[in-house]
Amino acid sequence: MSIRHSLLALLHDQPMYGYQLRSEFEERTGSTWPLNIGQVYTTLDRLERDGLAVKDGDDGEGHVVYRITASGKTEVSQWFAAPVVATNPPRNELAIKLSLAMTLDNVDVEMLLQAQRTASMRNLQTYTRQRREAAKSDSNDSQDVAWILVLDSLVFGAEAEIRWLDHCEGWLRKHRFRTSKSPASHAAEPTNATKEPTR
Amino acid sequence: MSDQVLQLRKVCMTYGNGANSVGALRDINLDVSAGEFVAVMGPSGSGKSSLLTLAGGLEKATSGDIYVENTPLGALNINELARLRRRAIGYVFQDFNLVPSLTAVENVALPRELDGVPSRKARRQAMDALRSVGIDKLADRFMDQISGGQRQRVAIARAIVGQRRLILADEPTGALDTASGDGIMEVLRHRADAGCAVVLVTHEARHAGWADRVLFLKDGRIVDQAAQSYDPTDLLELPAN
Repeated sequence: MSIRHSLLALLHDQPMYGYQLRSEFEERTGSTWPLNIGQVYTTLDRLERDGLAVKDGDDGEGHVVYRITASGKTEVSQWFAAPVVATNPPRNELAIKLSLAMTLDNVDVEMLLQAQRTASMRNLQTYTRQRREAAKSDSNDSQDVAWILVLDSLVFGAEAEIRWLDHCEGWLRKHRFRTSKSPASHAAEPTNATKEPTR
Repeated sequence: MSDQVLQLRKVCMTYGNGANSVGALRDINLDVSAGEFVAVMGPSGSGKSSLLTLAGGLEKATSGDIYVENTPLGALNINELARLRRRAIGYVFQDFNLVPSLTAVENVALPRELDGVPSRKARRQAMDALRSVGIDKLADRFMDQISGGQRQRVAIARAIVGQRRLILADEPTGALDTASGDGIMEVLRHRADAGCAVVLVTHEARHAGWADRVLFLKDGRIVDQAAQSYDPTDLLELPAN
């Protein structure tokens, strides 16, 4: 995620101070990717250093306000115009875990797949419920619509992960890999069983 | 009296005999209460559809007990079972199973009329069911005059007509596009919220995501389940507004 471009895009809307930028960012993305305030101020320093934003006085309550420059506006336009391309496959802990499990003797791959499927399904259920509740308001407010699209992205991501797990299991069964190991094997621990979104 | 609409106790289903026998379901225990939406997932041959046909009284279990609204299906004769199915159980199939020569409202009223309800009352109940799935304006259309998604809504209306409390849906979105499939899930979710017990068999994770509980079936056994968390510290916070 480009915090630099995200903050610059918000400054394109209007001049803001650090805490304001953080709260605008979180509100517009449904608090999906929390920012710490240190990250915000470090990024603002770099934007100023690169001539993309400048300090623009204070708001009367001691907050230093930042304003976007002409170069900053160009940078934002280029960011929106350019597709997001992953030059290298993003690091996927689950794929790495499964790859390693397949090469080790004492890991129960079938149990690993099922534990992960259950955890991913719980996430999918929660995202689906939140999506349903968000859509109930039938709002045309751009922030509400943005929140729904963020939830859609999470729904599709969780669905894709479960489909991939189903595919892995089917493929391993079809090729008769021995996936179920002794009871003494490693316990399967789902990769995203925490309460925090992983992507 | 429990509010469990469907109960399975140590249910086994075996097809064939001797060396050729195949165990489709093994020792299944399951409770589905009023207002609960349960999805069943699993690979082909895992026993998903067998579970649904047994729950709906369409087949008899090899062993174990099945209760619908506290009535043991195994203790009923054919006529009693048929009566219970018409009164309490609604089935939704992938290919709709609607009668093409009847209109939407006639299709929905049919099971009530077969149950001896006078046709005017059956039609009124059918209109209520069509209204609850949002297509009462299409009541007088024939099946070739409405879309696949609308046909499935008619099938769901037929499944719930007369206040049946158990809805069994076997891959009901299989022939539909994504948007129509989501619409069907919304209807099933709404029925569960209105007090029905809903059991959905699906291979689509996206649709199982609408359920309160997802059972994973493998080789005829329930190997795991995912229940929805209503923890107030949900994965995501709602926007401030």
